[in-house]
Amino acid sequence: MGLQALFFYLFAFVAVASAFMVIASRNPVYSVLFLILTFFNAAGLFLLTGAEFLAMILLVVYVGAVAVLFLFVVMMLDIDFAALRAGVLEYAPVGALIGVILAIELIVVIGGSTLSPEIASNISMPIPPVAERTNTAALGDVLYTHYVYFFQIAGLVLLVAMIGAIVLTLRHKPNIKRQNISQQVARTPETAVEVVKVKPGQGI
Amino acid sequence: MDAFISTYVWPGLIIVAQSLLLLVLLLVSIAFILLADRKIWAAVQLRRGPNVVGPFGLLQSFADLLKFVFKEPVIPATANKVIFLLAPLVSVTLALATWAVIPVNDGWMIANINVGILYIFAISSLEVYGIIMGGWASNSKYPFLGALRSAAQMVSYEVSIGFVIVTVLLCVGSLNLSDIVNAQSDGLGTRLGLPPSFLDWHWLALFPMFVVFFISALAETNRPPFDLPEAESELVAGFMVEYGSTPYMMFMLGEYAAICLMCALTTILFLGGWLPPVDVWFLNWVPGIVWFVLKALLVFFMFAMVKAFVPRYRYDQLMRLGWKIFLPISLAMVVITAFVLKLTGWSP
Repeated sequence: MGLQALFFYLFAFVAVASAFMVIASRNPVYSVLFLILTFFNAAGLFLLTGAEFLAMILLVVYVGAVAVLFLFVVMMLDIDFAALRAGVLEYAPVGALIGVILAIELIVVIGGSTLSPEIASNISMPIPPVAERTNTAALGDVLYTHYVYFFQIAGLVLLVAMIGAIVLTLRHKPNIKRQNISQQVARTPETAVEVVKVKPGQGI
Repeated sequence: MDAFISTYVWPGLIIVAQSLLLLVLLLVSIAFILLADRKIWAAVQLRRGPNVVGPFGLLQSFADLLKFVFKEPVIPATANKVIFLLAPLVSVTLALATWAVIPVNDGWMIANINVGILYIFAISSLEVYGIIMGGWASNSKYPFLGALRSAAQMVSYEVSIGFVIVTVLLCVGSLNLSDIVNAQSDGLGTRLGLPPSFLDWHWLALFPMFVVFFISALAETNRPPFDLPEAESELVAGFMVEYGSTPYMMFMLGEYAAICLMCALTTILFLGGWLPPVDVWFLNWVPGIVWFVLKALLVFFMFAMVKAFVPRYRYDQLMRLGWKIFLPISLAMVVITAFVLKLTGWSP
């Protein structure tokens, strides 16, 4: 138990400290790197609670894909972050309000389950013991067996959003030369070569 | 105090000892694999390859190691020093960390975790950071271009690798790497009434996925013909231009550790891990680790041969291959595999 507590405080402390550094560091690339460190420690916390699948998916999706794109954009754009930072106090009240709302919600959830532990028995899909169903299989039961239609609808919503994004950005430019592989492969001597009999001294 | 020692100290020491053993064996074999890579490349081009240091040049990698270590590391004046030195460390640490869950024989691994394959997928998707950080911190044009290329390339090919892993998992029903290997002891061959043999392994049942995985593994590890991040004819050496001596060696080490990992992963997912090719007594008597290493070396030989005789892809061709060919094929295979497993009742 002692070791678990030790790791919990380690992960939690590093997560909070690096989350602070995300907003405090001057260089935006450092911010993204600290964000990655935060994700890592969040994954560690997930592992401590036994949510191994969520921990790995957090790494794959957020660190492996989303943060890469963040880093990509931040490195490529030459933004004057000092100018952006000048307006930070204007937005501070809104940010603080959102923070307070999130904190209250967290307190209500955690406080509720601490004050009356029997709330946990009302959950429609309780977490099965690890010995009988692995974490991944339990998540699969919820998503693909019990709530499969909702899952499909969520997928459709994402599909619509994706098609929307593609439609908004798709441009057909007529004058661009592109490589058409099937056309290249389909070329034969008959379609590609023309034999011309040239009379001496005349040219074509 | 005794309880503390028996629950924490001894298991901890055993894990450290196991890790050190694996690390030393892995690094020594990487030294020889690097040599094999150069020798195979040379043989295809009718050269001799390294043949001066030691018999047949066997000690060439160790000579290179000493040379790298004793050179002065040069850090460019405008480089971001912290990230510049952090990048090779990240690269090599991540590449070696993945080996903790690789089972080289039945029960021979450091950590037997339930989501082993996801762990490997997660950590190998982080390897792109070593390259991006190195390219950005160098504060120079070619490394930056190389880093951008590699970021796009590795993210693209991870998608198809993910779908390949999904098809294998559909056939296995578990994310544990040992379960994946054990599930291949019966398969297509035994269902057709044959004795257990290499025909049961996933490479036959999922042959298109095997090909897609192999090519994606080449792209994921920046091996030729997909070595665009370091394309020496256009970017000199890509993200590694500014690196020298030990930091450069660590990039190199990370790259080869990742290549060996991909060979091991191909072995586990498609070539039946430590299982013998045919179920006869004298082959069963050979320890599983021998089969595992032989299969991984076979996959590495294919990696080396591809490097020797396939010309480098152009960048748009690389992206086309990833997004327009591999992604549709692997998506279709996920659906087809799921249907076949469900209709035949073979799903685990």
